[in-house]
Amino acid sequence: MYSASDLRKNLRVKLEGDPYIITEFNFVKPGKGQALYRCKLKNMITGNQFERTFRSVDVFEPADLQEKKMQYLYEEGGQYHFMDNASYEQLALSADQVGDAVNFLIDNLEVEILLFEDKPLGISLPNFVDLTVTRADPWAKGDSVSGNSKPVILQTGYQIQAPPFIEEGEKIRVDTRTGEYLTRVKG
Amino acid sequence: MTDHPRTGTVVRFIEDCSDCGMEPHPSDSWKLAGKLDLLRIRGEILHLIRLFFRERHYLEVETPVLIPAPAPEPHIDAVACGDRYLQTSPELCMKRLLAAGYPRIFQVCRCFREAERGSRHLPEFTMLEWYAAERDYRFLMDECEALLRFLSGALYGKEEFTYRGRSMRLSDSWERLSVEQAFRTYGGLSVREALAEDCFDEVLVSRIEPNLGKERPTFLYDYPVELASLARTKEADPRVAERFELYLGGIELANAFSELIDSREQALRFEEAQQQQVALGKRPYPWPGRFIEALSAMPPSAGIALGVDRLVMLLTDQASVDDVVAFPPETL
Repeated sequence: MYSASDLRKNLRVKLEGDPYIITEFNFVKPGKGQALYRCKLKNMITGNQFERTFRSVDVFEPADLQEKKMQYLYEEGGQYHFMDNASYEQLALSADQVGDAVNFLIDNLEVEILLFEDKPLGISLPNFVDLTVTRADPWAKGDSVSGNSKPVILQTGYQIQAPPFIEEGEKIRVDTRTGEYLTRVKG
Repeated sequence: MTDHPRTGTVVRFIEDCSDCGMEPHPSDSWKLAGKLDLLRIRGEILHLIRLFFRERHYLEVETPVLIPAPAPEPHIDAVACGDRYLQTSPELCMKRLLAAGYPRIFQVCRCFREAERGSRHLPEFTMLEWYAAERDYRFLMDECEALLRFLSGALYGKEEFTYRGRSMRLSDSWERLSVEQAFRTYGGLSVREALAEDCFDEVLVSRIEPNLGKERPTFLYDYPVELASLARTKEADPRVAERFELYLGGIELANAFSELIDSREQALRFEEAQQQQVALGKRPYPWPGRFIEALSAMPPSAGIALGVDRLVMLLTDQASVDDVVAFPPETL
């Protein structure tokens, strides 16, 4: 159990059955008054945010959260299946839970799955993923005006702006945090 | 040794530390060195405070930090030290001096409060207290105005300074807002309702304080008597006590009273405070008998406590008290 004096930014606590992360924290104490702990909390399942003020007598259950390394297997009927390579245990996430990560999910990609009481909450990707270009307009040689880019479509269906020299069948490295093209991957 | 012997040494030192789990020391010195300008202004402010009070014929006094019996306050916890306590405020000793015939006294000292830590709180902090015999809290409002104008004038050449992007005008008349008015205006309920619903502190902190001292400082005055155990009640309304808090930029800077000098009344209020401490699961402090005794000889007086770290933070436009002390506790 945590007491109010343990509260701090980024602490994860369980409130009314849900996991919350403290996104802002402030210790306040009006003159001669009692210590108050002002928190902004974000529900880790729904994303809802709210502010609440706690007193020093309040106690909190830690949110039982863990991150597990898992491998992406396949998608079926809007469910995304992952497997723990050590235990062969499998679990599935909904499209909502996967979110934008769907743009970078390629077979066998190793990701971190965030679990709350063994239920999956979300997914964190490696910062860089290499993806194959499945559609791109051919490079009109001589069109080398710097700063030019063209849309290409990747194996996941994700459309991205890439330099004009990128051709179909090539692999490119994408930064999953910004969703942007980084470099061409040879070989 | 490499071409850069100093760097090499530092790197090796950091590596050594990472083995034994110690924080590498050099990064701390660097942070401390970066505080030089702020700590210079802090030193200057301390000097100016003393100048201000000397010119007004206040005597600078020193009273013990280690005391047997802090004033019982339900929400201020003293740090125990052997069979004594570190002072949470020099109030009781200062008042014994008043009672003994010292009419104008001030002190700049260290105070300690258990488990108070935040961007506006240090568990060990610097307090300025001053007391004036034959005066009431209105006199202290005037002195607060004079002190802040003097400090700002001496530091910046004008009675105005900027805090967090907002100009604080000290020359205009300062706002004087009663606690009742503040609760009705910003809180949407009366003080009595807030007390009955046990949400006085929450409403004050979340709805009222952000509106106080916005463009000019605010005196929030006349607190419910149960929240002012050392203050005199108002003659016109015995449910409120002559207590004020000074706010600048939403930050509480000072707390003042017309002092309670009725020793019987004071003993009753302390007993109530002790009962509250017990109800909160705290062990009450020893009875401050000598203070109560001395009170009967104390002239009508006014007294005020002002947080020096917050004062420096405000005058130097810093976000946290950590920025204006050399060593926040975690860096020791």
